Amino acid sequence: MKALVWHGTTDIRCDSVPDPRIEHERDAIIKVTSCAICGSDLHLYDHFMPGMKSGDVMGHETMGEVVEVGPAARKSLKVGDRVVIPFTIICGECEQCRRGNFSVCETTNRNKGLADKAFGHTTAGLFGYTHLTGGYPGGQAEYLRVPFADTTHIKVPDGIPDEKLLFLSDIFPTGWQAAVQCDIQPTDTVAIWGCGPVGQMTIRSAVLLGARQVIAIDRLPERLSMAKAGGAITINFEEESVVERLNELTGGKGPEKCIDAVGLEAHATGSVDSMYDRAKQAMMLETDRPHVLREMMYVCRPAGVLSIPGVYGGLLDKIPLGAVMNKGLTIRTGQTHVNRWTDDLLNRVLENQIDPSFVITHTEPLESGPEMYKTFRDKQDGCIKVVLKPGTNGGLHA
Amino acid sequence: MHDVVRRTALSGRSQSSHDKVARGLGYFSIALGVAELVAPGAICRAAGVRGLEPVVRGYGAREIATGVAILNSHDPEPWIWARVAGDLADVATVAAGVQQDNQSRSRSAVTLATLAAVTLVDLACANGLNSEKGTRKTARRDYAGRSGFPQGLRAARGAARDFKVPDDMKTPELLRPWDEAKGGRRT
Repeated sequence: MKALVWHGTTDIRCDSVPDPRIEHERDAIIKVTSCAICGSDLHLYDHFMPGMKSGDVMGHETMGEVVEVGPAARKSLKVGDRVVIPFTIICGECEQCRRGNFSVCETTNRNKGLADKAFGHTTAGLFGYTHLTGGYPGGQAEYLRVPFADTTHIKVPDGIPDEKLLFLSDIFPTGWQAAVQCDIQPTDTVAIWGCGPVGQMTIRSAVLLGARQVIAIDRLPERLSMAKAGGAITINFEEESVVERLNELTGGKGPEKCIDAVGLEAHATGSVDSMYDRAKQAMMLETDRPHVLREMMYVCRPAGVLSIPGVYGGLLDKIPLGAVMNKGLTIRTGQTHVNRWTDDLLNRVLENQIDPSFVITHTEPLESGPEMYKTFRDKQDGCIKVVLKPGTNGGLHA
Repeated sequence: MHDVVRRTALSGRSQSSHDKVARGLGYFSIALGVAELVAPGAICRAAGVRGLEPVVRGYGAREIATGVAILNSHDPEPWIWARVAGDLADVATVAAGVQQDNQSRSRSAVTLATLAAVTLVDLACANGLNSEKGTRKTARRDYAGRSGFPQGLRAARGAARDFKVPDDMKTPELLRPWDEAKGGRRT
């Protein structure tokens, strides 16, 4: 089958690889109908996340049709079912899964020892996201083996386009969790750094959850225009001071809720700390660039909440923990507990409360995936979200 | 939509031809740097200059650092420009060190010609990488019509206000907003 394969820093190719097969009784194989490139895939593309090996298949936003089911998964799946695959692989049986903390499932990371060393304790296995999280082949491919398939799936109805459902796999529940864990009150100002795909979903989630005002921060006009369409007040950090503007919009008190939808590759043109981070990162003395975290900690209202859906991978410098401690800020973060939210979110899509397909700017055949990584990373052509369609042989251009 | 902007990656690859040239220059830098560090005398003889062994060693360290940076950076362009600057330093050093005997002059001439050729490759690569980035500026989009709310923004505001936030994500009572209008009760 065809799949997008990681070969090294910024080197992804569309290769022929062996078809997946059932390896365990709880496995299923799906024929992929749509998959997407996630912003967090760019951390792998740029090789800021450790633990990739040449030959790894990319991708963790995938949906399709079940074509083969292992005997132990047949109680909940059958051939022909239409499913969205959450990016977290979950057993459904461990203590964390039973508590709804699916992203820290204790069972599914088959490289538990590596994760224990890196993070202190293992987290869930993830599709196509380094050997620290199991080294599972990803879903930017024609077929995907789904381990623990009896629990690792979201069944979706026929008759609705893939584009409305695909993002239940990651970015929609990720944006939703980012907003929900802020416990938004009707009096709240919610500031969201980053208007990429997760930022856009977070904006919509904060609007739906009833924030008094939602403020979106980015530097790209096309992304800010999409944020504004979703109901946000926008700040272009290349044109004005984020801290000054946020204080101005909140009567000098700062936003109650701050959300980092950027993660480890923050761009902050001209700021001193950003240049410091870039220099240290180039010398391999720091893994992540935490400008957004510093700014959130500084500007957030005392007793406020910092929500961090943005991905961080390692060691960060010059974090103003004094501001966090003295202002009594609460930090909530983590990979998304996808299946905790998807029943509710699917209903919201079916009820036309939201149509997540608004974020798609490019639809391409799988074979164009490697080029689209570069287009997406470099923000060319107004690119915000890329959907790939296996088996279309170049016939798609949206 | 994307046809407006030319593709900058090779078909089926995420890298462009300039990216591949940059990687080649990265490996070349490291190889040359190792040679300059290990055998500066031989390099000086080949270039037709004398007494510059310590300088050549320093240039070797520079070449290795630049090569490693090119190979490890997701944006090699600044490091290719660093190579161009290094090329100019190399040219200046060889030109200043040309000896009077015919054999040395001949070797220096060949070295300068080679350096000029390498500089041209570096310049072309750096310019190519720069032009690939520049295309974004010509392709700004306006997504003002993409609210994502089929029933409109007004209907969406607060539509999920009845969502029950799980207990583990609730703000503790003492940190909830203070509502003066309700006589100081928390919302």
